[in-house]
Amino acid sequence: MADEVILLDLWASMFGMRTRIALAEKKVKYEYREEDLENKSSLLLEMNPVHKKIPVLIHNGKSVCESLIQVEYIDETWPGDNSLLPSDPYQRAHARFWGDFIDKKVNVTARRIWATKGEEQEASNELIEILKTLEAELGDKHYFGGETFGYVDIALIGFYSWFGVYDKFGNISIESECSKLIAWAKRCMQRESVAKALPETEKVTTFISQCLGLE
Amino acid sequence: MANKEKDVKLLGFWASPFSRRVEMALKLKGVSYEYLEQDIVDKSALLLELNPVFKKVPVLVHNGKILAESHLILEYIDQTWKSNPILPQDPYEKAMARFWAKFVDEQVGPVCFKSVVKAEKGIEIAIEEAQELITFLEKELTGKDFFGGKTIGFLDLVAGSMIPFCLARSWEGMEIDMIPEEKFPELNRWIRNLNDIEVVSECIPHREKQIEHMMKVVERIKLA
Repeated sequence: MADEVILLDLWASMFGMRTRIALAEKKVKYEYREEDLENKSSLLLEMNPVHKKIPVLIHNGKSVCESLIQVEYIDETWPGDNSLLPSDPYQRAHARFWGDFIDKKVNVTARRIWATKGEEQEASNELIEILKTLEAELGDKHYFGGETFGYVDIALIGFYSWFGVYDKFGNISIESECSKLIAWAKRCMQRESVAKALPETEKVTTFISQCLGLE
Repeated sequence: MANKEKDVKLLGFWASPFSRRVEMALKLKGVSYEYLEQDIVDKSALLLELNPVFKKVPVLVHNGKILAESHLILEYIDQTWKSNPILPQDPYEKAMARFWAKFVDEQVGPVCFKSVVKAEKGIEIAIEEAQELITFLEKELTGKDFFGGKTIGFLDLVAGSMIPFCLARSWEGMEIDMIPEEKFPELNRWIRNLNDIEVVSECIPHREKQIEHMMKVVERIKLA
């Protein structure tokens, strides 16, 4: 029986980008469906009744929600010869720890830069600190996991397409503060899976500016 | 085998469901460990050194390897000590267990405790919103002895440390009947089943002590 894989997503979602990248890395064929978050499809509401959010991965009729859980699911379901997570339990836990850190810290802080009035300065300072912590974790490695592209890279790279938003509304320059991280992001962008999954930064910045009624 | 106990250390806090669930997992797997009780207000230099990012318990140290975040620790324990598996083998079942565990800690915990304490829209609405979330778990348990099926698993350890022995103590202290039998028969049956499991009942804090502790937390939240 052929696999039927559907992804309910939003083009600008840094979380959806993770799932797109993982599916592409594993060369899994899937149907991409763009959701209108103002008018959510009945499929989305049926498949994610708990959170009603994208991305939702539907594999042979069964839904998997939460992007990092989807990445692990993809890794385990289509093992292939390119694992996204290390097989050693400790290295695995280490990777998942940083994925968890990114989930807990990056978006919550970054959102405050553009979505909340009056917190831009504080939030952008906090974001720089968080990115510097990640930069320290990266160190001199090619990717977070070492030589191979994997889970932590996938967890973080989507945010790169939003750096323009944070720079503009936070009045910062992530490039000058975290040059090593930018170099890592550019390395990731050389991968076809990443280049295809991430929208152009300008497109995201324009979109957010329009959402805020500024363009 | 003589030094095995010193190979595994757990930094925990007696009233923390996150730390208790790790103890349950270690006991389930028959792993000996050295327990180091932590003061979570006046944090030790050791805790800050081992978990500089989040500065929280639990922290597991195994042969010098340091692990933080309870879900990750549980999965590490499961992959390292193979007896009595906690997570299912099937990737979909595993994804579901992880999803619900995240839901318990990130949604049920805060909404069923802090939001109820604060009751910003009034206590009735707070309870209604809490029960809405708990209903998802009620549905998950239908027809099962435990979330893990016939035996306890990952989600039982996560939800089992959080709901019956942490949240329920706070509801008791606040005199709220959050999960009445007639509304939540599956959940109540599951709690009774959990009470019969030695590794669970050995790892839950003393009832009155925990109620007292949770009420202190309630006061702190109200003053904040």
